[in-house]
Amino acid sequence: MAADAVFGVFMAKVLVVTSGKGGVGKTTSTAALGAALAQSGQNVVVVDFDVGLRNLDLVMGAERRVVFDLINVVQGDARLSQALIRDKRCETLSILPASQTRDKDALTSEGVARVMEELREKFDWVICDSPAGIERGAQLAMYHADAAVIVTNPEVSSVRDSDRIIGLLDSKTEKAERGEKIEKHLLLTRYDPARAARKEMLSVEDVLEILSIPLVGIVPESEDVLKASNVGAPVTLSSPESLPARAYFEAARRLAGEKIDVSVPTEKRGFLDWLFGKKGAA
Amino acid sequence: MSFLANLFTRRQQSSSAVARDRLQILLAHERSAGEEGESDLLKQLHKEIMEVIARHVAVDQDKVQIKLDRGSGCSMLEIDVEVPQELSNKRAS
Repeated sequence: MAADAVFGVFMAKVLVVTSGKGGVGKTTSTAALGAALAQSGQNVVVVDFDVGLRNLDLVMGAERRVVFDLINVVQGDARLSQALIRDKRCETLSILPASQTRDKDALTSEGVARVMEELREKFDWVICDSPAGIERGAQLAMYHADAAVIVTNPEVSSVRDSDRIIGLLDSKTEKAERGEKIEKHLLLTRYDPARAARKEMLSVEDVLEILSIPLVGIVPESEDVLKASNVGAPVTLSSPESLPARAYFEAARRLAGEKIDVSVPTEKRGFLDWLFGKKGAA
Repeated sequence: MSFLANLFTRRQQSSSAVARDRLQILLAHERSAGEEGESDLLKQLHKEIMEVIARHVAVDQDKVQIKLDRGSGCSMLEIDVEVPQELSNKRAS
């Protein structure tokens, strides 16, 4: 909280949302976790590091309000305050978009370090949405992080790439270079408990055993996620009662340090829903 | 006959168990090998074995096949050298 920051109690936390593999839900998770933390009253900025393929602005519904971007700030063409876009629904949430026209080589390590330092002063949480891959762009996004959320689907290629990214987090970050451990959190997304029960999908236990990092949340496969991105809202803002939103809210509380057991949110289905085959309460 | 098929399919591992086992074997190798460690080893083995063979016989590089099968307990490196016909006959006689 702002009051804590004044007294130096709350240190800003830099979080990278990463995965290696594309399409597993990094941007969706960045938006949902950012909005969840912001709704608890903390000052949050979500930063899009996917230079050239920006999408966080679109998922957050801010695509028509982008004037300046991360590259402009890194290169000193714009002030940070000019590039930050404040969310219209949640005043403690801001977004720093990526550039759509430039390429990732326009990001310099020194420039990124300066911007991250400035963001740490302004916000309680700095959440970096990493590009896919393990190249320079992904490494710049993770370099300044205190903690990482590794977004993984219960699917072989995603698990393998997450393992690669975990290796990079332990070697190519500022913390690792200083000999410190970066906090790592596994966020399992697009999980289908029914298929896992039928042993058609890797289970939570399987993925945890293979990757051996602590679990921060299980987001079930859900129609609500696409609906939210269709209308340009984090799912935790547009349908806070939905199953994925509940999973993200819980994950956000765990990231903030609360100790709560991880469960797969399940639908409450009444007899009539069952009879008519409805998919749970809206 | 379908009950017989059932008898056999029931013994099969679930696809998620197959996925888990494949990942465990693969990642055990990738973690120990690090960045391209294993392919370097293969390249070197290939080169040195070829040198030894070339000392005795003239073999086409294309006639040497190197395969690797990673298992959970051990890995198998298979080197298949095709020796020219006339040469193998000469040695036998």
